[in-house]
This record gives sequence, C-alpha cells and structure tokens, in this order.
Amino acid sequence: MGLTTILRLRTRRQYLLVRAFRRRRQLTPVADRTADLPAQPILLFSTVRNERMRLPYFLTYYRRLGVDHFLIVDNGSDDGTRDYLASQPDVSVWSATAGYKQSRFGMDWVMHLLRHHGHGRWCLTVDVDEFLVYPFCETRPLRALTDWLDSAEAPSFAAMILDMYPKGAMHEQPYREGQNPFEIAQYFDSGNYVISRNPLYRNLWIQGGPRARLFFSDRPKRAPAMNKIPLVKWDRAYAYASSTHMLLPRRLNLVYDDQGGEKPSGVLLHAKFLDTFAARAAEELARGEHYAQSAEYRAYREGISRERDLWCNWSEKYVNWRQLEILGLMSKGNWA
Amino acid sequence: MTQPGVRMGVVMLCHAALDRAAQLARHWADHGCPVVIHVDSRVPQPQFDGLRAALKDLPDIRFSPRLPCDWGSFGIVRATQDAATRMLADFPQVTHILLASGSCLPIKPVRALQAHLARHPDTDFIESVTTADVGWTIGGLSEERFTLRFPFRWKSQRRLFDGYVSLQRFLRFRRRLPKGLVPHLGSQWWCLTRPTLQAILHHKDRARIDRYFRRVWIPDESYFQSLVRQVSTRIESRSLTLSKFDYQGRPYIFYDDHLHLLRQADAFIARKAWPQARVLYDTFLTPDGDRELATEPSPGKINRLFAKAVERRVKGRPGLYMQSRFPIRARGGTQSAAPYGVFSGFAPLFPEFQPWLARALEARVHGHLFAFDRVQFAGGESVFKGGLSDSPTLRDYNPRSFLANLIWNTRGETQCFQFGPEDEQAIAPMIASDPNASIFLISGAFAIPLWQSGRSAAEVRAEAARLQKVESDFIQLLKGPETKARTRVWSLAEFIENPAEPLEQLVDQLNPRGAHRMTELPQLLALHGFGSFLQDLRNQGMAPVLMGDFPSDAELALPAPPFARPRVVR
Repeated sequence: MGLTTILRLRTRRQYLLVRAFRRRRQLTPVADRTADLPAQPILLFSTVRNERMRLPYFLTYYRRLGVDHFLIVDNGSDDGTRDYLASQPDVSVWSATAGYKQSRFGMDWVMHLLRHHGHGRWCLTVDVDEFLVYPFCETRPLRALTDWLDSAEAPSFAAMILDMYPKGAMHEQPYREGQNPFEIAQYFDSGNYVISRNPLYRNLWIQGGPRARLFFSDRPKRAPAMNKIPLVKWDRAYAYASSTHMLLPRRLNLVYDDQGGEKPSGVLLHAKFLDTFAARAAEELARGEHYAQSAEYRAYREGISRERDLWCNWSEKYVNWRQLEILGLMSKGNWA
Repeated sequence: MTQPGVRMGVVMLCHAALDRAAQLARHWADHGCPVVIHVDSRVPQPQFDGLRAALKDLPDIRFSPRLPCDWGSFGIVRATQDAATRMLADFPQVTHILLASGSCLPIKPVRALQAHLARHPDTDFIESVTTADVGWTIGGLSEERFTLRFPFRWKSQRRLFDGYVSLQRFLRFRRRLPKGLVPHLGSQWWCLTRPTLQAILHHKDRARIDRYFRRVWIPDESYFQSLVRQVSTRIESRSLTLSKFDYQGRPYIFYDDHLHLLRQADAFIARKAWPQARVLYDTFLTPDGDRELATEPSPGKINRLFAKAVERRVKGRPGLYMQSRFPIRARGGTQSAAPYGVFSGFAPLFPEFQPWLARALEARVHGHLFAFDRVQFAGGESVFKGGLSDSPTLRDYNPRSFLANLIWNTRGETQCFQFGPEDEQAIAPMIASDPNASIFLISGAFAIPLWQSGRSAAEVRAEAARLQKVESDFIQLLKGPETKARTRVWSLAEFIENPAEPLEQLVDQLNPRGAHRMTELPQLLALHGFGSFLQDLRNQGMAPVLMGDFPSDAELALPAPPFARPRVVR
C-alpha cells in the first residue's frame, strides 16, 4: 500500500511535469525580461485573459508587497492586456493561444515557467483577482515572510481563498480601473468553511463561503475548493497537482499542524464578485473552458439570476489581517 | 563619551548580511569601541573584500582568520577564541569584551552600556546555568550534550546525529569530563572582563578542554559559560543581549513594528534584527548624542509577545479548525471552542422550555439544529453567525465542521440546542467525544409528541419502536469509552417525579457563574393519558422501556404541582 501510493504519486508528478514540458511550444515570448532579475527575486506567476481593467491595481498591490518580477501568460486577450503588460518594466509576458482547458486551466504553462525561472526561488502563483494577505503584511514586506519561512525550513505557505462581495447587487457599484476592488467588495463569510483531510495528497480540502451558501447548497460536494498553497520555494521537481490547491511531492501540502498547534497562514482575498462578474460568467460559460464543464459558472448564472445579493445579516466587513486572524481564518503561528 | 576606566571592545561574528555588519561595526567604532570581526569562511570572498573595503577608513577594526562556523559545531568557539585573543593583544586599553553577532543591534546608547559596565567594573555578564536547571534545551539534550559525543551535524546529518545518540544511549556510553569542569549552559552572547577572558584563553588545561569541547553539542552555549565558573570572581548570570528563541531553538527576529517594544526592553543589545528592518537600524544606529535615554523599561511586554507566539504554535486555539490548524483526534480533534448544552427530551415535556432556558442561562437556545428538514437556528433565522446556512444538505455534508463552526463563531455566548432521536444522528459521535459538550437527556420523552399527535398506538407503533432504537443507541454511545462529554440521563419516569432538581443542576452546570437563583421554573406538560398510551403501545406488541417505570394514570391523579415543595437552597 505505502509503496504503491508513493509510486503512483511519483508517476502522477512526472506526468504533470512532462505535460508542462510538452506544452512549452504553446508559449510565445512577448516581452522576456527575466535575464535582468536581481539575486534571489520573489516572483509572481499568473495566467490572464482580458484583464486590462484589473491589472493596474493588481500590479500596484503586489509591487508594494515586494514582488520583484511578474511572469504572466496571456491567453488570447483582445482588450489590450498584452500590450499593457509588455509595457511594464517588471513584467515578462508570454502569449498562449491554445485552449485554456487543454492546458489544465493554464497550469501547464505556468508550471513550465515555474520550472524554468522559479527553481530555488520563492514563487507566488495567483490569479488576477486574488490578493494575498499574510500576518503583518501592513508592516513587513513579502521578503520578511520568505526569509522567515526559509529560517523555519518551511517550503510552502498556505493562503485560503476568501470570497469578497459587495452589499447589494453586483452591478450597482461599477469597478473603475486602478481602484481597490475591496472598496466595493467589502464583505465576506467568516465562519462557514468545512474542512476535510485528503488522505492521498495529505492536504486539507476546504469548501464554504458565499458560493457554497448560495449556489451549491443542494450539492455541496461540488462547491469550489477554497484551500490554496500559492507561495512555494520552488524546485524544478515540484508540480501543482490541481490548480494551486495542492502540490506534489505531497509533503509540501503539510501547511497545517495536526498536533493542535497553528502554523502561520494567510488569506487570498478574492475580488471575483464585482460588476464585471455577470458578463464574465456568461462569456466563460459560452467558452466552456472551465473546470468540470464550467459547472461553477453554470451554477452562478442560475444563482445570480435568482439571488443577486450575496450579502446577509451575518456578513463580516473587512478591516485588516488582524481581524482575519481573530476570526480564525488565518494565523500568525509562531511568527511574532 | 567614554566612561573613565571602562573601554569596551566588541568581538563580532558575522555570516550573512555583511552590509548591516559593516554598519554595526562602524557604529561601535564611532563610539570608541575597537572591533574584531570574524566572518564565516563560507561567505564568498568578494563579499568579505567588500566588508573590508567599507571599513578601511576606521583604524580600530581588525579581522580575525576566517573559519567555517557550522551551527552547533566547535567552529564558532574557535572563531570566538581567535578573535578575542586578537582583541586582547591589539587593544591593551580594552577592559571589557562584548561578544556580538552581525545582526545584534545595540538598542540603548553605547554610553549607557559603558556606564552600566562602569558601575559593575569587575562583573562578568554571562548567562551560566547548571544543566539541571535549564528549561530551554532543544531535542531533550541538556546533560547529554556533555556526556555523549557529537561528531555529526544536526542540520545536514540529522539521521546520523540521531542514530549515533541512540547508539550511545543504548551502549550506556559516557564521556569523562575534564577535571574540575562543571557543565553550565547559557546564551552565547556575553560581556566579560579582560582578566576573566584572559584566564579562559590562557587556561592551563586549554588544549585538553578544547579537545573535549570539540565533541560537545552546541559548545558555543557551554564553553565560556562553563569555564567562567572556574576563573571569574564575580558573575552576573544574565546576558546583556536580548535574545529570544522559539520552540525549535531558532532566534526570533525583530522587525520595524517591534520598535516600540525594543525601546521598552531592559537589555542593551537585541538579537537578531532582520537585515532589511530599515526603521530599526536607522533608529538605533544614530549617534549617541542624538539619542534620548530610553523610556521606563517594561521588558514584560516583549516576553509576553514571544511566549504567546510559542503557545499559538504549540497549542493553538482550542476548537478552531482552519487551514493551518487541523488536529488529529488525540490532540483535540474532537473538541469545540466553548462549553455548550445539548438537550434531549426537554422540549416535549416543557412547552415553554426554550425561552425559559434562554433566560435562565443567558444563552442562545436553538431548536433542533440537526432536524432533517431544516436547521432550526434560534429565532428561526435562515442564516446564522459566520454565514452558516439553514440548509440541511450543507449541514449534513460535514456535520462536524458545522457544529465546530457554530461554537467557534459564537465564542462568548453559550449555545444550547435540542437533539433527539427524530434528528439526523451523524453528529452524535462528535458531541459525545467533545469535552465541551454537556448532554442532558430524558429518555423516552420522544413518545410524548407521538401521544400528542392523536394518532392511535397502532399507527405510531413502528415509529415509536424506531425512535426508541435510535435513542437507545445514542445512550449506549454516551456510556462508551470514547465519551468525553459531561452527560446526565434520566428516564422519563424518574424525571417527572422531581423535575426541579435536574433543572437546577443543568443551570448550575452551564452557567456556573450565574449568581442569581432561579425564580421561576417552566410549566410541566400535563401527562394524563400518557400512561395508557404507553400501555396501548405495549398491547400493540412494542416494549417501551426507555421511559422507565412510568406511573399509570391513576397514580398520576393528584400530581404535585411541579415545584410545590419547598426547595432547599444549596
């Protein structure tokens, strides 16, 4: 049992690595500035499609945290995303025109870049609507966190997704370019996350939040996974096994303590539910390029038309990371 | 600014962030302290050359020969010895020698430190504790550091390290200590007087002692700490350097946001500051003249901060289940965050039970949270605190998380809910094994709603039998060895004989601080006809046993009003 599992996971990891390698030709460099990286850079990896409007704040946010360089795959945008990215001095852009779904929702492309540029470096893999919050993020840059993780010999850092939503219907407060999306999407569900352990990959599987509450209340098993491990000191032998939810080798998934203590963890604030969402949901559904036959988007379309307001009496208004820590959504662990 | 008679020299051990080391060395030198720097030989030569170049304008800075300093190895002691020897030889006017690292930040003005030394001119400031008395050793090794041999590295050769320790323990191997040496441990960072350091470096047995310490584990925490006991006339066992270690023996790192804490610390030097903590370096490395002396020290704050961090990492917040805390069963994996009450069989017996309980306990009293059709939150809410939904599908998808979330979300307010055999039972094992649960159960009360439904015994017989089976399984579970909940089970017959006392008990248990006495008790349902209903069930072939020996209607004819008799105040 033990040995077969090990071999099985090893095969799986090698398959993912080969897959990513074989899709390397789908990537065409648009602007490759990785030759001038400083020593020990903190890198951010992402796949985008038509995100021109969201990108300015995204880049500003992560620059302020101390990301040294952005490595971004553009999947066939037609709204000027590529040119905008190519004009930024700290961004390298690759263009990929092949199917999003066939590339494991962009993970094959990102993994190829990770393998090529991320080896031995701290790599943050996030979507354009995910904003990392970690303990002391107001006073300590990302480098302080990665230095500390290095000294603690921790190769990975957990940050679960936290869906943020506005009060009232999504289209009531339109998002402006460059705006902090959490001025609009200020609210979140603080305590309805269900957790189970995945015995094979040893990660925690977390579901919940407003999506589970409203769109998946009749089929909770299909509710999207909220657990993520976005920050990893990458090694070319590593592989993301399912989005950034879990990794191989599986020891990287042990970002939690099972002896009663708390390890440090963060949160990815998810700016998905803005006025851009409804149009997006329709478009993505038509494209059919998302996970599980776009079941998630289908559920939203139904849910959204039925019940546009995600807000409820018990929605919590976002203040800062300390609030999330007190609520038990993230932890300082022994970082003081 | 130098105090008369006191001249401090600094021995600095560096292995990284040499730009900060250069800044520190310059700070010491600018305040009249000669510095001897040792740089780990694993640092690349160009970086070392850069450090030399950055400091070449300062006359009182020396570099000692570079040696490799593996953590826990003798190399660090060796480097300290060399640098200290150089210090004594090159700067005869130095009276005190401070051992610091390249990330030890002076958090008090240098003149304050020198004034402190001038007040205690013959005192050696070095933490030095016998092995029996230290509480902070890592890996369970304190005395064994001195009696076993440690030829392998802890960090890179952990298996060999552990294996060799086990082997020696198995063989009962013990090293003999050099004559006269009493092992002491303490912080690596000290401040010794010239005569003391001289006596240690020119110890008549030094060759033998060095040979011995070469195989001691982490000798930098014991070499000087032990030898100082042989040569010093006056030891103050306290380091001038604030150095906090976490539970794995790694030093805590100070960041910009620790500034106000460091200002209140009573130590003179803090280890270790994050190299990029710009505010800390800018604040503490300004010339003495520009600095006001620290405000009233309050070292407790910083100790509390780090003690709490260790506790959070080791123990965590009980009852919290989240992405970085998910304890196994044996380590609190069945525990919720706060005490709560589970009530089975009360609601049918007392029509006004829920409002009464909410008043008596000042608690939130829910209905049947685990009812099949709907989660009955207090007040009939469709969403409850934290965003919990009343959807039974969501709840049953992971009932443990549901309950753990409910209790966690409502910290500070006691929760109570009704639970019975008519509910979804998947949560039962979790409640039973939760030390925070108080379960009060009146067995057999499930038959009251059946009786009240007005249907005949023949019609409800199957249902009654099913509920009895479920309830008796639950009672069996509560009696099982895994049960950690506080449980109290009465049979219906037993309960109605004297309902007041159980009600008082449960209020006392769930609201122990409630000073007030119960002034009112809920009205008991009139049970005339229930006895014959049970008899009808028996006649239909069922055996209602959980109700206990329920009196026939004739015996119930003149029931004492529930609380007529005077109750004795405890």
